[in-house]
Amino acid sequence: MATETHGAVEGAAGMPQLELAHFPNQIFWLLVTLVVIYFVLSKVALPRISSVLAERSGTIMNDISAAEELKLKAQDAENAYNKALAEAKAEAQRISGEANAAIQAELDVALAKADAEIAAKAAESEAAIADIRDNAADSVKIVAKDTAKELVAAFGGKADAKTLTAAINARLKG
Amino acid sequence: MSDQAKQSGGTGKVIFFAILALIVIAIFLVPTGHGGLAFHPMDQFEIKALFGGDIHWYTVTNATLWMGLTVLGVVLLLVVGSSGRAIVPSKGQSIAELTYGFVYKMLEDVGGKDAVRYFPYVMTLFCFIAFSNVLGLLPVSFTPTTHIAVTGVLALLVFVFVTVLGFVKNGAAFLELFWVKSAPLALRPVLAIIELISYFVRPVSHSIRLAGNMMAGHAVIKVFATFAAIKLIAPVSIAAIAAMYGLEILVAFIQAYVFTILTCVYLKDALHPAH
Repeated sequence: MATETHGAVEGAAGMPQLELAHFPNQIFWLLVTLVVIYFVLSKVALPRISSVLAERSGTIMNDISAAEELKLKAQDAENAYNKALAEAKAEAQRISGEANAAIQAELDVALAKADAEIAAKAAESEAAIADIRDNAADSVKIVAKDTAKELVAAFGGKADAKTLTAAINARLKG
Repeated sequence: MSDQAKQSGGTGKVIFFAILALIVIAIFLVPTGHGGLAFHPMDQFEIKALFGGDIHWYTVTNATLWMGLTVLGVVLLLVVGSSGRAIVPSKGQSIAELTYGFVYKMLEDVGGKDAVRYFPYVMTLFCFIAFSNVLGLLPVSFTPTTHIAVTGVLALLVFVFVTVLGFVKNGAAFLELFWVKSAPLALRPVLAIIELISYFVRPVSHSIRLAGNMMAGHAVIKVFATFAAIKLIAPVSIAAIAAMYGLEILVAFIQAYVFTILTCVYLKDALHPAH
């Protein structure tokens, strides 16, 4: 304002800061600056940044909850899988048990049949063997009787059939 | 709060004595006949009309220019920087968001939940001071915050705002701020006087702390720069300028932070005056 104070104050203190004449200028421009910054901040910058920050935290929260949900789903899937696996295992065991039982039953039947056949064959064979043995014994008796008759005849004797048979039977038994 | 005040007062003192010591050394070192060294550390603070003529309240001065650049810086950082509105922010947007978060958290932590309403005002102060301080570190620049007229108005705005707010919100109960209930009854009147004085000293310390710190740093750099004219001292002087410059970058942000956090403290006092 007053130019004459300019030199006096500056000269005295040597500090432009104490130059009172320049105060109104600085204060005026400072107030203009502050008002401009205030309006720029409160109308544009701050609402925008705050909405971006809110949006970001919202997105992050959503993502976290989505991840939580997916994790639960994965756990459910795993549980279902384990359950299905256990069921399948039980089923497989049951089926294999059944199959074993069926095979065993068939096997038993077959074995019994085979045993029966074998027994039948053995009996048949034994019968045949017994037959042969009996025949053989009779044949020996006949041959022995004949031979004995011939021998007795050769010695000049006359053997009656009855005595011969008795003798041979006695010999054969002994 | 008083700790911070003491600390910044401390750095101010150290810087002041550093300047004094340097000037004394200069006087002893430089032969008077040479006249080689001319100390004009305060010239950088002069207000000049950009287009000549007398300086009236409306004249466009270097102060106007640098305040305008401050506005430009704020717009670039907070408006242009955040214009992407990206969920995954760019570098500029990150800085804008960090600045926002820093001041917002400070206000919320210090001033309380209901102080958040005055966030644009506090943010305006922080942005203006921070940008003005940092831009002032550019060579041949002018720093509005080195002027007591500027910081005084900033501090008075806070003081008046906070005082009016205190009475509007609390009525006469705001005076409880000066009536320390936790002290013995006999001491309370004495404390009330001390509290009252300290309350009115607030704008003074609030403004001089900022202007003093900024001015001292700039002046010291200028003094060192003057020493660079002596060949023998030049390397030391240049190293010292670099060191001071680093310190000044720190101080630029710290002073903006201190001014803002004190504003938050005063806001808290206005909203919750009872001790």
